Amino acid sequence: MILIKVTSDVTVIGGGPAGLAAGISAKESGAEKVIIIDRNNWIGGILPQCIHDGFGIEATGLSQTGPEYINEYIKKARNLGITLLIETMVLNFNNKLEIISASKKGLLKIKSKSIILAMGCREKTRGNLIIPGDRPSGIYTAGLAQALINLYNIMPGKNIVILGSGDVGLIMARRLKIEGANILGVIEILPYPNGLPRNVVQCLKDYNIPLFLNHTITSIEGKDRLKKITIAKVDKNKKPILGTEKTIKCDTLLLSVGLIPENEISSDAGIIIDSSTGGPIVNQDYRTTIPGIYACGNCLQVYDTVDLLSIHAKIAGRQSAINTLKENNNNINYADKKIIVKPGNGIKHIIPQQINITGMINFSIRVDEPKNSTKISFKLNKNEIFIKNLKYLNPASIINVKVKIPKFSKNNILEVSLNE
Amino acid sequence: MNEETNITCILCPIGCEIRINKKELFIIDGAKCEKGIEYSKNEVFNPKRILTTSILVKNGILPLLSVKTSKPIPKEKIFKILKIIKRTSVNAPVEMGEIIIQNVLGTGSDIIATKTIKKFETS
Ligand SMILES: Cc1cc2nc3c(=O)[nH]c(=O)nc-3n(C[C@H](O)[C@H](O)[C@H](O)COP(=O)(O)OP(=O)(O)OC[C@H]3O[C@@H](n4cnc5c(N)ncnc54)[C@H](O)[C@@H]3O)c2cc1C
Ligand code: SF4
Repeated sequence: MILIKVTSDVTVIGGGPAGLAAGISAKESGAEKVIIIDRNNWIGGILPQCIHDGFGIEATGLSQTGPEYINEYIKKARNLGITLLIETMVLNFNNKLEIISASKKGLLKIKSKSIILAMGCREKTRGNLIIPGDRPSGIYTAGLAQALINLYNIMPGKNIVILGSGDVGLIMARRLKIEGANILGVIEILPYPNGLPRNVVQCLKDYNIPLFLNHTITSIEGKDRLKKITIAKVDKNKKPILGTEKTIKCDTLLLSVGLIPENEISSDAGIIIDSSTGGPIVNQDYRTTIPGIYACGNCLQVYDTVDLLSIHAKIAGRQSAINTLKENNNNINYADKKIIVKPGNGIKHIIPQQINITGMINFSIRVDEPKNSTKISFKLNKNEIFIKNLKYLNPASIINVKVKIPKFSKNNILEVSLNE
Repeated sequence: MNEETNITCILCPIGCEIRINKKELFIIDGAKCEKGIEYSKNEVFNPKRILTTSILVKNGILPLLSVKTSKPIPKEKIFKILKIIKRTSVNAPVEMGEIIIQNVLGTGSDIIATKTIKKFETS
């Protein structure tokens, strides 16, 4: 096997919307040599298969389809002279910022001044859930079904049930209905839909597709191909209620039960992962626990829309470029000055998890459950430094809060919580 | 009788459930801001959607071309327009933004390509 050795200023792992936004921003902020690596035989990540519109609304006011949205980024990256390496899979990297990847030409070793992680996420499968019953064919993740139909013109089935009301599942309900399938229902264990209201209305209500809230699947039957499933209502503890079972004859079940940030190679390198986001712990610059390595996109946290994802990815890109311009890069060590951010009551997760500077900091926060009205409070070493009324919170959308961090000395804890 | 209907506002992630009188278009309750009032009136009076789907491509490197309506179309015409799209096919190469069907079903909206698909070259 040939080993090709290369050096780079900023190397981005993953060529989806996050990797492109970060790479472009790094280049525009002064990084000379920028490389974006992707294992697929295209650049753009998941977006070429997302042919529905709804991308870029918040940023530009225009609702574009996935392929249109990403096309502008790809053009810009090419015009800026960013190197786009496709069909190249990163196998590992280390804290000396050396990346090893495999391509058709051989192994590639890149020594970089900064690395940006932008590997996206993958879908939870049946293995991540516990559904009793047979193991027939006809069970797919919603994203796989999306690729089959939108890229390869393959219909996953005719009579379809969808488990989970996340955005990917809702969009697939409409897509398959348009292609002539019967969508027998979307089953959601929570008392509220998990996706954006826009998708609940335009994907389910528009097409009279039933949504079963507070329901789960209790069994799956079928020898070779899926034949039927049983659903039941759940109680407050999400346990099926006896006597509420209903069987639905179907040949296909799509799972849309959540996304997991892709971080195997990050943890292998020794980057510390936050168990609540599933992504690397980062500071205000989106720098991970290894100096010189930054994270953005769905491998940092699962975003609802591509707009906020791009804004954050651009910050990560700019910071990675600043890092390459420093004389003694990789040596900025914040260890002696830090605030640890802790999610308190009502908060599912919060980013950044660490702060090393004073001044205005942008936090992105996901709450536990829907709330009409509540107060969010930031307490630095038990002293309240910020409080704000928030209205109509929904776990389906990340909230942004700007807080001014005062001067601080050594070890500090910032607790963020909701109080009614 | 039954002149009342519920509209979910989609303009922001709050998703207000707005009760509206269908006939006289007045809001009963549920809108948390002005934008929702305008939206729910339009939704009752003239609901429109951008339609996205795909069309078969011949000789392309991919079997399908993704397309959309250039403007929102009346909701009740979705399935009629889909029928027309299903009967259509195109030849590669196709450029993003190319018009595939002009003024579809007299709606004033065109069906346009949202992807570029190159010709499949046998070498
Ligand atoms: C199946 C699915 C469907 C989705 N559908 C929608 C939707 O319809 N609408 C919507 O708004 N959002 C959707 N999302 C969310 C959407 O993914 C995000 O908005 C956005 O695409 C995430 O961008 P990203 O760049 O972080 O990740 P991605 O777009 O997933 O890009 C990550 C890239 O990293 C590459 N990669 C990963 N590991 C390696 C490695 N080791 N070496 C080399 N390359 C690597 C992958 O091949 C991929 O191209 C969907 C997500 C998924 C998983
Ligand atoms: S009415 Fe206003 S607050 Fe309610 S969903 Fe619509 S835009 Fe949001």
